[in-house]
Order: sequence, then structure tokens, then C-alpha cells
Amino acid sequence: MTNVGIVLISHSAKVVEGIYDIITQMVPNVKVELAGGTDDGEIGTSVEKILQAIDRTHHEKGVLLFYDIGSALMNAELAVEMTEHENVAIAEAPLLEGAFVAAVESGMGKTLEEVKEAAESV
Amino acid sequence: MELQVADVIQWMEKSNDSIQANKDYLSSLDRAIGDGDHGINMARGFQEVVSKLTTSDYQTVSDVLKDVSMTLLSKVGGASGPLFGTAFLKMSTTVKGMEKVDANQLGEAFQEALNGIKLRGKANKGDKTLVDVWEPVVEFFKSSDSIDANALAEVAKQAMESTKELEARRGRAAYLKERSIGHLDPGSVSSYYIFTALSEVLQKGA
Ligand SMILES: Nc1ncnc2c1ncn2[C@@H]1O[C@H](COP(=O)(O)OP(=O)(O)O)[C@@H](O)[C@H]1O
Ligand SMILES: [Mg+2]
Repeated sequence: MTNVGIVLISHSAKVVEGIYDIITQMVPNVKVELAGGTDDGEIGTSVEKILQAIDRTHHEKGVLLFYDIGSALMNAELAVEMTEHENVAIAEAPLLEGAFVAAVESGMGKTLEEVKEAAESV
Repeated sequence: MELQVADVIQWMEKSNDSIQANKDYLSSLDRAIGDGDHGINMARGFQEVVSKLTTSDYQTVSDVLKDVSMTLLSKVGGASGPLFGTAFLKMSTTVKGMEKVDANQLGEAFQEALNGIKLRGKANKGDKTLVDVWEPVVEFFKSSDSIDANALAEVAKQAMESTKELEARRGRAAYLKERSIGHLDPGSVSSYYIFTALSEVLQKGA
């Protein structure tokens, strides 16, 4: 796929699974990867999970990250600093609505900047 | 004072001892103004830190601090993971390659750690977060060339206690607004344990 990839970060694995279902039902041609919960499946976020999700999603058009509360943003920022990929950005947008709009835009072949802007104006 | 590899490892072991002993207390503080997992998070993270440090060989203080950081980043789970993880990572890069650190260098490392915590969490002093303990400790280190271990513990204790009357403006507790007043900040209490542990290592003549 050559569209901007999307990573969903939440304290709960179930939250991102549900959002994944909502998005992919309408937008099948965008890569959406999940980083929900901690490494042992508890409530929380994990920088390693985020890094792995970025790796799975990544290609030349870049990746946009969406997060929920508290440590999710901190770990997202850490992941952006730690990943070897360059075109990885964080969207300041509500997790569900933002990621949904981003996926639709990405599916139309928009750039990372365009997708981010659309998500952030939700 | 001079901290060597073995002293830093001992510092982390002593930190872990208090965190394990106060695991339920830390979680109960977090239950009052958060989600009740701070003790569990810190106990899991520091247990892993100690396992890692006691089964590895180190030449430099910076390598020890780097492993502390990486372990906390990946094992803690809550907001305290990226915050303490960033703190120890900044300390590690500040003393990069050093086999031992003196009081000034440690003060520098704490200053960088504090800057990192503030950037990561966007908190300032008075927001009822662990910044309220780290900032006075950094100022204490800056104020003198020789560090008095008892005074360090006292500074950390007072700073920790000062969070009780504050209204939270960062972290989960901030959602509670004035309801957060009257409770200690959990991350400040665990930071206090970490600095008390350091004070004990210094007391023994490190
Ligand atoms: N934005 C922030 N800046 C600085 N410290 C913070 C911030 N958010 C949380 N903390 C610290 O983290 C502690 C809570 O840690 P923990 O319970 O492990 O994480 P979580 O809030 O994700 O459950 C708080 O008591 C506070 O000291
Ligand atoms: Mg908590």
C-alpha cells in the first residue's frame, strides 16, 4: 500500500480493536496498526508496542499516530524520537474521530501533512 | 562524594526495596486521585531494573543508568514509565562514558533529568507532579559542592509533603481539579523514595 499509515495508541487493546473495525469497514486500502495496552496486556501504553506498530505501518508516505490519554502521548513522543523512520507524526486529534477522518483522507492518496491537517480539524 | 558503578546499582536496589515495601501505599495514593496503579507500575519496573542490573556487567555509570532507563520505559506501563525513563536516559547521556561521578556531575545529570521530565510531561513546579520533588532536589545539588546526605533526604521529604496542598494541573489527577487537594502526589512519593535511597548510599560514604 502506498497510503499514509495510521497507528492507534490507547490504554486499552479493546478500544483500538473497536476503532480498527470501524475504520477498515469503510476504508480498506489504508494500513492501520494497533498499540493498545501494555506488553502484558494490562491497561496502559507501551513505547515498544508503538515502535513495532510504526515499523509494521511504515513506508515512504509516512505514518500518523493517534493517542488517547496521559502516558499515551508521552510514549508516542518517545517513539517518534526513538524510531529510525523520519516521516512519523503525531496528530492532535480525538482518537476515534481523528483516526477515522485520517484514514478516509489517506485512502484518497493525500500526503502526511494533508492527512494530519484533516484529522486535526475534526 | 563519588558514585561508582556499584554505588549506582546499590542506589537502585535500595530504591526498589522501598518501592516494593510501599507498593500498596503508592497504589492507595493513586487510587485517591488517579487510577490506583502507581505502586504496581513502579514495583514492576524497579523489580525488572534490579534483575537487569544484577545480571549484567558494567564499566561505566552511564551504561547502568541507560539500562535503568530502558527497563523503566518498557516495563512501567503508566505515565511514570516515560517520565522516569526519560529522567534516567538524560542522566545517562549527561555522564556518558564516566566510570564515576562527583557531586557536581550528579547535579548536572539531575538538572538534565528534570528538563527532560518537564519536556515530556509539560509540567512545571506547583502542578502536583513529580517535578515538585525533582526541582527542589536539583536546586539543592546546585546550592553546594559537597552534598550532605541527611539534608538531601530532608529536602526530598519536605518537597514530597508539599504536594499535598496543591491542586493538580498535570496527569490524571488534573481531571479532579480541586478534589485533588489534600492528597499526596503518588509520583512525588516514589521520587522521594528514590532520593532517600540515594541519601542512604551517600551516607555509607560513597
Ligand atoms: N504530565 C505529567 N508531568 C509530570 N508528571 C506526571 C505527569 N503525569 C503524571 N505524572 C506523574 O505520574 C504519577 C502517576 O503515575 P502512574 O500512576 O504510574 O501513571 P498513570 O497516571 O498513567 O496511571 C503522578 O503522581 C505524577 O507524579
Ligand atoms: Mg496511575
